[in-house]
Amino acid sequence: MSEKPRVAFYWCASCGGCEEAVVDLAEEILKVVAAVDIRFWPVALDFKKHDVEAMPDGDLTAAFINGAIRSSEQEEMAHLLRRKARLVVAFGACAQLGGIPGLANLYTREQILSAAYKESPSTVNEEGILPSVSTRQNGYQLHLPEFWKSVKPLDQVVQVDYYVPGCAPTPKIIQGALAALLSSEPPPPGSVLAPDHALCDECPRRDSKPEKLLIPRFHRPHQIAAAEDTCLLAQGLVCLGPATRAGCEALCVRGNMPCSGCFGPTSRVRDQGAKALTGLGAVIDSSDETAIEAAMEGLPDPAGTFYRYSLAASLLGGAVKRA
Amino acid sequence: MPENFEPTIVAFFCNWCTYLAADLAGASRIKYAPNIRVVRLMCSGRVDAQFVLDAFARGADGVLIGGCHPGDCHYQEGNYKTLRRVALLKRLLAQMGIEPERFRLEWISASEADRLKTVVNEMVEQVRALGPLRRSAVPSEAAEEVHA
Repeated sequence: MSEKPRVAFYWCASCGGCEEAVVDLAEEILKVVAAVDIRFWPVALDFKKHDVEAMPDGDLTAAFINGAIRSSEQEEMAHLLRRKARLVVAFGACAQLGGIPGLANLYTREQILSAAYKESPSTVNEEGILPSVSTRQNGYQLHLPEFWKSVKPLDQVVQVDYYVPGCAPTPKIIQGALAALLSSEPPPPGSVLAPDHALCDECPRRDSKPEKLLIPRFHRPHQIAAAEDTCLLAQGLVCLGPATRAGCEALCVRGNMPCSGCFGPTSRVRDQGAKALTGLGAVIDSSDETAIEAAMEGLPDPAGTFYRYSLAASLLGGAVKRA
Repeated sequence: MPENFEPTIVAFFCNWCTYLAADLAGASRIKYAPNIRVVRLMCSGRVDAQFVLDAFARGADGVLIGGCHPGDCHYQEGNYKTLRRVALLKRLLAQMGIEPERFRLEWISASEADRLKTVVNEMVEQVRALGPLRRSAVPSEAAEEVHA
């Protein structure tokens, strides 16, 4: 048996971008492969679920799980990996906060299934058949995982030891996280393995952020040609930098796009979307209700803007009544 | 709706105006619906959207914010910030399926005890008519019935 740490990678409700992020380590991945013994990684290696089941409990040093939890299969795999691994790491925004899939919590399961299997323009489904957990077909009984009512972040299903933020985590964050986990003094359990200050702190446009931020109205990114050297908030773009954890080195802002919040909140904030709304809501330079309403036109989807990645982990977890 | 439903309304009142109005209402023995739970803050501008969502998440059926009239803020412009923030928060709450009657911002000065009574009574009746804010999806809840 090798002395190297044994690790697993797994994906739940995710897009595959987190897997890509690991591969994006480029030649650095060789160091990872040299340092650890990968025992399970469905996207890249041919191990099966029964291989994991055959491991003694606690055999894995760490399981890196990306993606949110939406189905019975994902929940079962999360529990299995929790049992087999001494450390569970929520890898990426979906596992940490629910991510983009978490926005489905604005709708009911029935609405989602209907939209996907009946209403979408490219779908032909005259009999209105929806996926079901058990079906009989040609004499065989077929089974599918159950689709839960809500999307959940990983830590609402199993205990999570560490979080690696980002959509997807950047190579630098991943390397930092691996180094922290492999070090002789690992960070305290529950830590998010990224700096604990706001993105504005490491933003290249930081010095152009006005002391007192007041804007006439919000704009959407396609509506203006944003200057490349000035704070995007000061130009009226909804940049979540003030409410988002640093660590990505302002990748989006360097591409002249506002931060959309994928690194989640800092440790002092419970609900990233509400905090972003609280901060940005106050910057409209008007005291007249009609003018304020007009200024909000550039922000047509507050839930999708402020909770782009964190709705499932928010205080309400999703829409209270889903019409 | 359960019979005899009594709504719970969390009220964030600013120290300088609306809280004093509530105080005056008490001293003047003005009667109004006992459904509000008052949280005193130094300014309505202190109301973080997290406070409002946390109240709803923990079972409040409505949230009322009371501050000084425009121009009267003890801190010059705290209530203007509240006004803008509330405009945005109302849009968010609509997306979250929370009816507009459940969330209200009112300017009530220290002398307007009668107005406080009217606002509270009116809101309690409106929220009573809506019924409890029931969560249709609790994050830890698994699907009971099986389709998909």
